[in-house]
Amino acid sequence: MLSGIPLFPEQASTIAPAVDNLYFFVTAVTAFFALLVVVLVTIFAIKYRDKTGEKVGAPITGSLPLELGWSIIPFFIAMGIFGWATVVFFDLVRAPDQTLEIYSTGKRWMWRFQHLDGQSELNELHVPLGRPVKVIFTSEDVLHSLYVPAFRVKADAIPGRYSSIWFTATRVGEYHLFCAEYCGTRHSGMIGRVVVQEPGEYQAWLSGGGGLSMSARGEQLFQQLGCVGCHLNDGSGRGPSLAGKYGAQETLATGATVNVDDSYIRESILTPQLKLVAGYQPLMPTFQGLVNEEGLMSLIEYIKSLPGARPPATAAQASAAAVPATAPAQGSSPR
Amino acid sequence: MTTTVLPRVTYLNVRHGLASWLLTKDHKRIGIMYLIVVSLAFFLGAIFAAGVRIELTTPQGDFVSADTYNRMFTMHGVFMVFFVLIPVVPAILGNFVMPLMIGAKDVAFPKLNLLSWYVFVLGFSLALVALLSGGVDTGWTFYTPYSSNVSNSNVALVGVAVFITGFSSILTGLNFMVTIHRMRAPGMTWFRLPLFVWALYATSLVMILATPVIAITAGMLALERVFGFGIFDPRLGGDPVLFQHLFWFYSHPAVYIMILPPMGVISEVIACFSRKNVFGYSFVAFSSLAIAIFGFLVWAHHLFVAGISPYSAMVFSFLSFAVAIPSAVKTFNWTATLYQGAIWWRAPLIWVFGFLGLFLVGGLTGLFLASLGLDVHLHDTYFVVAHFHYIMVGGAIMGYFAGLHYWWPKITGRMYSDSLAMLSALLVFVGFNLTFFPQFILGYLGMPRRYHAYSAEFQVLNVLSSAGASILAVGYGLIAVYLLYSLWRGEEAGANPWLATGLEWKTESPPIPENFPETPIVNEGAYEYSKREIKVA
Repeated sequence: MLSGIPLFPEQASTIAPAVDNLYFFVTAVTAFFALLVVVLVTIFAIKYRDKTGEKVGAPITGSLPLELGWSIIPFFIAMGIFGWATVVFFDLVRAPDQTLEIYSTGKRWMWRFQHLDGQSELNELHVPLGRPVKVIFTSEDVLHSLYVPAFRVKADAIPGRYSSIWFTATRVGEYHLFCAEYCGTRHSGMIGRVVVQEPGEYQAWLSGGGGLSMSARGEQLFQQLGCVGCHLNDGSGRGPSLAGKYGAQETLATGATVNVDDSYIRESILTPQLKLVAGYQPLMPTFQGLVNEEGLMSLIEYIKSLPGARPPATAAQASAAAVPATAPAQGSSPR
Repeated sequence: MTTTVLPRVTYLNVRHGLASWLLTKDHKRIGIMYLIVVSLAFFLGAIFAAGVRIELTTPQGDFVSADTYNRMFTMHGVFMVFFVLIPVVPAILGNFVMPLMIGAKDVAFPKLNLLSWYVFVLGFSLALVALLSGGVDTGWTFYTPYSSNVSNSNVALVGVAVFITGFSSILTGLNFMVTIHRMRAPGMTWFRLPLFVWALYATSLVMILATPVIAITAGMLALERVFGFGIFDPRLGGDPVLFQHLFWFYSHPAVYIMILPPMGVISEVIACFSRKNVFGYSFVAFSSLAIAIFGFLVWAHHLFVAGISPYSAMVFSFLSFAVAIPSAVKTFNWTATLYQGAIWWRAPLIWVFGFLGLFLVGGLTGLFLASLGLDVHLHDTYFVVAHFHYIMVGGAIMGYFAGLHYWWPKITGRMYSDSLAMLSALLVFVGFNLTFFPQFILGYLGMPRRYHAYSAEFQVLNVLSSAGASILAVGYGLIAVYLLYSLWRGEEAGANPWLATGLEWKTESPPIPENFPETPIVNEGAYEYSKREIKVA
């Protein structure tokens, strides 16, 4: 009767077998304890049955060794599971250094994916086989959750923050992509598919779209919004230079330091006064409402692409020309 | 089975008329009044569950619209959690038997007890108004910013209903705590207390400390929704994840409000029908307190994929594993209680066996969700739905029915059909497993919860689940039939039909209005079955 029903989803990522092995282990341990109790209860209930209701049981009140035994042994087993599961978890949430980054925004009720080269797609995510991919995403409205069962990965999309999932696909094919956090009327329609392709095929697909790359679009925005007027690359502007800042530490006016990551850049564009860099006046206006989530992601990608700080001698030269957006940095991940 | 005649004056017939009930200060009558309201809420919640299960028999969302479906599962959750699971054992069974068990005439504050009921009914009525004016579509978890800013359903009204109902819990917890401290009969020391009383004490602690947080959270949600205060909505400068922390800071301990009292019931019933002391009395008693305390420290295990730091996730995972230990200790102690007992197979015990089987699965599957590496995949899937139904329905509701069957002769003075009661326990057990076990598999396969339509490969398991739900409905329906029938055709129960120890069995069934003719004096522990001579009834 159950022959046609799958019991496990496909394993299509490097992490999936690790999650499944843990699952089998926990299933085995818990099944053992469940059976132990069920068998004991059944045996006792039958063996010591008294149909009259008038006899009394043995005068047993307890046993300290038994109490200690069945507290301590399960505790150590639980700690074993805890340790293993935590190791798997850190593999799940910590992306390797070199990943292919793809940006995404969720909004009711669709997912939009933005590739660095400029391709974008709705409710479909094309990724290459065998290469670590990191999807960085946020939500434009309510909570969502990006979930690919075949990869065993999931993270909530939270408005105002960046989340990420990472995976390395191990099998060519199409897989479910679900929104896992309830988001209103058509929550169950906020689904799509992940298409895993051979690297060559993926490249071909990627170049089929055209349009500007994300960092080029970010550069356009950087000029349109007037950022370029203050954030001069030689540091002589009214705002700090952004060149080479991504992934570095910045000292704030309060004396605290902050990691310059996606979230900090996003926050600084929308609420510039919140974490002011030391030595600068609170002159920057907010860009809330002037730039959407995708624009923010493009700006971040542009700032990432800026080459490292130049020595003073050449700084003037560099700032004279618009900085070309080359070599999209794939380096340090924000988290 | 007994020659005793019903006592001439009982709490039931001492006064007549609606006013004598609505103005009563008798904890026993108040327990019955809770029974009526909670049963109504259970019936409503079950109707919504039926709607959900009918919709899910086909992958297409074709039975009701998506908006209707979302309102159905939300109202199912709201009624079942706030108006059934929270009050079902403490407010019905606790109210009725706890003062009897400690040899008291009533709770410490009888008028406050009545007020708790009115507050509860007010909250319930507001939830009904919200339902009749269109319901709510946020899920019972009310996650922001959907609930505070987007949903156009009656969120504020339900928020107020939850806020008000919370005070009923707080007042009941306060009342129970003072009663257990101050009203025990002479000789009823703490370590002679029945374990059900210990469980209610631990529960009262959680009710008093945790419930204000949900009241505050519901209040803040209403402020944001109605007046635009920026607390949770990021567009107003708020933090949506803050809501989840506050919500679960109450709602996880609330799980223990739901499960601790039924655990206490299990200890009573298993001791009575094994004719033995509860194995490891003090370990069972203190495990209730341990669960109540640890239960406050695990809330963020609901947020493992909600962007909390991996290190804090680690801490909450560790604590979640730790809280599993006292529950395991209780289960082992119940099992050991059966060893060398004289086990009398009567309906309440069969319900306990059902509880053990289902609670075991519910508790053990909690370990999967406490495991960080598994929870990422399982979070917000049907695995979670199956897990908490095993705890809340398989555990709390089975435990409630074990207790209701155990104390029904005391409450009504009548016996129900033992064989029908065993049959319904069996139907509920089988129906429950058929309903919820397939959902574990669905969850691991990756079917997200709260889906109105789903991918076709999930259909077979969903059909199994819906089929199970119909068996479950028959099982629950049968209970109503034979219990109501027993009211006018049931045999007279007599004071102690189960030949149980415990003060509640030393007075008449149904009890006289003042519980005991004279204050009982206690000179032994709660479960000294093996010491006594059993009188043949």
